[in-house]
Amino acid sequence: MTDPINLIANWLRQIFAGWGLSVGLVDFIMALTGVVVICAFVLVVDIFLVWVERKVVARFQDRLGPNRLGPFGLIQPLADVIKLLIKEDITPAGADKVIYNLAPIIALATVLLLWAVIPFAPTILGADINVGVLFLVAVGAIGTLGIIMAGWASNNKYALLGAFRTVAQVIAYEIPMVMILLIPVLLARSMSLQDIVAAQNVWFILLAPIASLIFLVSAIAELGRAPFDLMEAESEIVAGFHIEYTGMKFGLFYAGELLHTLTMGALFATFFLGGWRGPFVEQVPILGVFYLFIKAFFLYWVIMWVKYTVPRIRIDHMLDFNWKFLTPLSLVMVIVTSIMDKILGQPGSAIYTLGMLAANIIIAWLVLLVLRNYVKVERRLVGEPKSVATPYLYESPHS
Amino acid sequence: MTIAQIIFIIIAAASLGAAFMVVSSRNLIHSALWLIVALAGIAIVFVFLQAPFLAVVQVVVYIGAISILLIFAIMLTRKVASDSGPKFNENWIWGLVLSIILFIGFVYLLYTWPGISTPIEPLASRADPLRELGVALVSPNGYVLAFELASILLLAALIGAIYIAWERK
Repeated sequence: MTDPINLIANWLRQIFAGWGLSVGLVDFIMALTGVVVICAFVLVVDIFLVWVERKVVARFQDRLGPNRLGPFGLIQPLADVIKLLIKEDITPAGADKVIYNLAPIIALATVLLLWAVIPFAPTILGADINVGVLFLVAVGAIGTLGIIMAGWASNNKYALLGAFRTVAQVIAYEIPMVMILLIPVLLARSMSLQDIVAAQNVWFILLAPIASLIFLVSAIAELGRAPFDLMEAESEIVAGFHIEYTGMKFGLFYAGELLHTLTMGALFATFFLGGWRGPFVEQVPILGVFYLFIKAFFLYWVIMWVKYTVPRIRIDHMLDFNWKFLTPLSLVMVIVTSIMDKILGQPGSAIYTLGMLAANIIIAWLVLLVLRNYVKVERRLVGEPKSVATPYLYESPHS
Repeated sequence: MTIAQIIFIIIAAASLGAAFMVVSSRNLIHSALWLIVALAGIAIVFVFLQAPFLAVVQVVVYIGAISILLIFAIMLTRKVASDSGPKFNENWIWGLVLSIILFIGFVYLLYTWPGISTPIEPLASRADPLRELGVALVSPNGYVLAFELASILLLAALIGAIYIAWERK
């Protein structure tokens, strides 16, 4: 009774086998059922996310949020969905119809694909593949494609500009993210997400706190949430790549964005907060789903907290921050972690944990020192009195 | 016919069809997107050959990097990303002859290769192919020389890019 999902799966398997179906066909049907179950579960959570998002942003902005429909406005997201479904479906003139309609599907489907490898519990997971971490990167790359397709096929300048910005940002921030994902892989000695969770007798956030922070920042950038929401900067390019989309097509982008945020929370939990690990999870595997979602929702809340607190940053700052700060820092972290790993021996001992933590603290301290000096120089340069008659800022570089 | 065979035939047909669309589509962006479909088909074939690492790398490198680069190049270089000229030039007959010869050659080679008729053996469940690949890439008995050479080549390309982009004061 402790593991209802596998109980039902085995029961179904026996029924199908009893009908005389071949083993291959039964495996195929079970895999298909699993896909449908995970997608349905995640999409139902997604509807709930609309409510969470609206309610939390209201609290951050000192409002009440939806509170008319149902207790605490819980029925509100259903009304939102109905509204999206009955809106007029517009395809702009000059749009590339097939690509235009395909783009929102790809945008949502790639987010759903990520859930294929996230372990929900010790015994409940979609697929335990030995290249799980790389799979996440690969699927993320396809997600970028959906945005380019939307921006290009809309036949709208703002949409195209938004798509260009998105790709510049997502591809840039993919580099520190992929680099930093090497650290949990290194600590767990495996690229399978299930093995990474199983290796976290000590949560990796203690072994690699800097890595977890870099992962969180690049995850927010990949999501395109504030302060990195340049791709849909309302004051500059109206709504970015989804400007021409209406009704449920826009709804798919919206659902994809919200679900992607929760997915990033679940990935953060899996890589750094021990995934499904928690008390009594070995005896009652179904508790793992509960723990994973608690951690994922906590991270979702952190990402919202950042979103509604920090204003949008400028595009050159966004790129500078990535290339001049996050990328070198993540390179340093990978090198230091691998060297410390060789010195400290097998993971799991107290010395290993303390050594890793100490290395992280020393690096954080050095980084802050360097940043402080850099900021001092910058402030002095900006604060220096400039003579108005020599606008050297606009001088041609060739003169 | 097993389920795996049916899926393989569908995937192979889709990849071939997409590959044909790459060269026959008039719109360059459509060509690039069809190329992505063809590459994704190859990635699924890798999955069927029990090479998940190659499959994922195929997606990361070809779909995630090269195709997006291609799409960008098309968007940035052409005002109208479509072609109105004739689809064939006068060399089409030689192209056809060459490709038929090549195709027959491949079919012959595969037909005479003994491995074509033996079913694939499942990999030993204990062995981690990913770990073995990683060790082979850095072991002196394996591919360490090729690996390091490729790394130096990429580093040189990186330094070259920085040198070109450097703003001289």
